[in-house]
Amino acid sequence: MARQVHVEVVSVEEMVWSGEADMLIARTTEGELGVLPGHAPQLGQLAEPSQVRIKLPGGGEQRYDVSGGFLSVTENGVTVLAEDCAPATTAPATAH
Amino acid sequence: MAGQIQALRRRVRSTRSTAKITKAQELVATSRIAKAQERVEAARPYAEAITGVLTALASNASIDHPLLVPRPQVRRAGVLLVTSDRGLAGAYNANAIRTAEELIARLKAEGKQVALYVVGRKGVSYYRFRNREITGSWTGFSERPTFDDAREIGQSLIEAFVTGADGDGALGVDELHVVSTQFVSLMTQTPTARILAPMQVEEREAGLLPAYEFEPSAEELLDALLPKYINTRIYAALLDSAASESASRRRAMKSATDNAQEMIRTLTRQMNSARQAAITQEISEIVGGANALAAAGDEV
Repeated sequence: MARQVHVEVVSVEEMVWSGEADMLIARTTEGELGVLPGHAPQLGQLAEPSQVRIKLPGGGEQRYDVSGGFLSVTENGVTVLAEDCAPATTAPATAH
Repeated sequence: MAGQIQALRRRVRSTRSTAKITKAQELVATSRIAKAQERVEAARPYAEAITGVLTALASNASIDHPLLVPRPQVRRAGVLLVTSDRGLAGAYNANAIRTAEELIARLKAEGKQVALYVVGRKGVSYYRFRNREITGSWTGFSERPTFDDAREIGQSLIEAFVTGADGDGALGVDELHVVSTQFVSLMTQTPTARILAPMQVEEREAGLLPAYEFEPSAEELLDALLPKYINTRIYAALLDSAASESASRRRAMKSATDNAQEMIRTLTRQMNSARQAAITQEISEIVGGANALAAAGDEV
């Protein structure tokens, strides 16, 4: 069984989403990165505005539009901290 | 006699409508407490996460960020006071203001000037009435604060703090305090004064902190995170105060309703005995009159 990574998406006013995922893709101010299980601890500031994509085990995908966000990867999982966070309404630009 | 009954009846009627109002307020406050508590609960994961991240950062980065270092000389201190917009909340506002006054007196005794920031109409009118200067005020959201409100407050506070009180004309401050009411339980809400900046990042002995990689650099991250942390602290204070306000109002309105019921009972009793006295008097007058007539008839 493929290993999974525990993901929490937390906005200031509430916990938006939490669960197990195959992979999390986000863009920090330095560049896009994907977090797989076993990723080294990392702290990043997310680009403004940015979209966080969570690849679910079933093959589905969750997308969130995030502003004022941070990404914290620890051995316990990934936490996305956001000032504002909403389920994405538009598909991400397919260019990248 | 009849006039007295009329007056009593009027008083009972007005007390009854007062009781209706206070009862309604009590019910509204009760439902608001639950909602406010939910919001406090919902905001907790973010606060915990950002505290954890900040702790890790502070132990990695060189700590010389202006928001973290105490100033050698403090000339002006900022005090943020959280009160409510509406009254009828018992001693809620009076307690918060008293705590703020104590803090201000202490700061002044230490030779610091005080810049006052007030949230809530009640606090604003308290200081306006006494002709005391308010540096900044925000009103209209005391029962349902949103993060945007907190961000707005945070922005001007951080601005003032970063400016500092070095210049003579500048309206900066060297210290930030916040006075808000903590929701301990439904029966207990305590006003507390806490220091907001310079910040003391709690050094939690959580064993080994994760060896983070930083993206961008730790210093830049700290720059971006610290203001957000202050906003979070303000937001938490606002939420806690909102819950306390509702709890306080519920208690005040409950005792008001109880008092009104008690008053209605005594007034109704007085009214009944007055009516009874009037009836008794009328009967004795009739009986007296009939007796007099009968006696007069006998003599004829």
